[in-house]
Amino acid sequence: MIEFTDLYKAFGPNRVLEGFTLTVRDGETMVVIGYSGTGKSVAIKHVVGLLEPDSGQVAVDGQVVSTLDRHALTALRSRIGFVFQSSALFDSMTIFENLALGLRRRRDMTEAEIASRVTGALKLVDLSGTEHQMPAELSGGMRKRVGLARSIALRPKYMLYDEPTTGLDPVTSAVIDQLIVRTREALGVTSIVITHDMRSAYTVGDRIAMLFQGKIQQVGTVAEIQATTDPVVRQFIEGRPDARAPERASLADAGQVVGLEGMEA
Amino acid sequence: MFVSLGHRSVGLVEGFGNAGYFMADSVRALPDVRTWGRLTAQQMRRLGVDSLPIALFIAAFTGIVLALLASYVLTGAVPIYLVGTLVGKTIMMELGPVLTGLALAGRVGANIAAELGTMKVTEQVDALETLAYNPYAYLVIPRVLAGTVMFPVVVAFAMAMGVFTGWLAATTLLPITTPEFLRGLRLFFVPFDIQYGLIKSASFGFVISLIGCYLGLGARGGAEGVGNATTRTVVYSAEMILVLDAYWAVVLLRGA
Repeated sequence: MIEFTDLYKAFGPNRVLEGFTLTVRDGETMVVIGYSGTGKSVAIKHVVGLLEPDSGQVAVDGQVVSTLDRHALTALRSRIGFVFQSSALFDSMTIFENLALGLRRRRDMTEAEIASRVTGALKLVDLSGTEHQMPAELSGGMRKRVGLARSIALRPKYMLYDEPTTGLDPVTSAVIDQLIVRTREALGVTSIVITHDMRSAYTVGDRIAMLFQGKIQQVGTVAEIQATTDPVVRQFIEGRPDARAPERASLADAGQVVGLEGMEA
Repeated sequence: MFVSLGHRSVGLVEGFGNAGYFMADSVRALPDVRTWGRLTAQQMRRLGVDSLPIALFIAAFTGIVLALLASYVLTGAVPIYLVGTLVGKTIMMELGPVLTGLALAGRVGANIAAELGTMKVTEQVDALETLAYNPYAYLVIPRVLAGTVMFPVVVAFAMAMGVFTGWLAATTLLPITTPEFLRGLRLFFVPFDIQYGLIKSASFGFVISLIGCYLGLGARGGAEGVGNATTRTVVYSAEMILVLDAYWAVVLLRGA
């Protein structure tokens, strides 16, 4: 179980999280939605100790992440797979080396076992045969899948996905969604998926939480979110412009912002 | 003006504080030998062996110029065999380490800052952490150790090349024979001359690689941030080489 409790985080004068509280139950896939720049990625980076909270805490299996020493944090991180928005593949290594790196850290596997695990992980994301290629030789969608395979290879208990479909075409996004579902079925992992792609959220999520102005606006099952009467959540999931000032939002406003006024259709 | 001064002072103190944390984290990563041990050998090749061509190139031409300059300065005043003395002393104690250090500040320092900066802004450093690696053990220690160990090796080759081309220029372009050049070379030679040059180069290697790692891992904001980190690394490294050069002169030469 992952528990965010009254989490506050600011970067200089920019207050990002202000009382963020959320519980992710074992075995479920929690999707966190929200506007760009509202702190969704910041929140999950606390789970693996990449950021420390200003106040509040994140606990994984009862362990408060910010109080762990490096040894305990390393042990915790080995139970968590993190799929980065930018894939974050090591560009000086082959795909095989990218996947093997985390396994070698464990030091309890032979090279043959590592090779077998890497091959299996790549097969799961339909990228068999790319072992000897470099990340730069792959498309954006393939790199995302390799990033996913790198985490899967570690057989984690938890998976954190930071905007896994951002920047991908709809078909490739759907493939990534399928892989997230397949990963959950194959490994039985507990997952947090950060996204603002509602189609993806409905496909992969058991529950959906919306982050708004530093805290959770609403959390519920997919059906509950789809039927919500909360105006902020409603506007976000329907993709209507300017949810933060709905009374002023209009297509004409948007046109003025990007300098389209006066253009003929 | 006072507000600006205040901001600069706070920034300076903050900078020292961050550098202190960086050093402390690096020292704490030292026991993780299984991570940095294997990678250090790789970095020794990249930072040391691959730097030999530029170091030898610079030393070769420095040796030629020094021989001709010595002859020009000394002619008629002192015996011509002192050309060998001047070439040897200057190459071993000063120009070998400093010119090589300045060249490697550009090559090695910029390389480290750009590589680590790019890794930082593309989340590769975060990825390392999530794979349970300590980035200080994986990235910093191998580079700093390799820089500290390999700079003296590179400078030793540069010294040999500088003396060789100095001899070549003296015996082919000047009225000096090989025995005369060697006589001058041996005249005031003490092993400390070489030790002094190598100690300096080890300190240059340590500082250049450390600055590259610190500024590279501190890069923010994409390509511009990486560019800034790289530029600052070259500038600070060059400045630190001159500061250390003076420091070692005061510490090791005064009263020697």
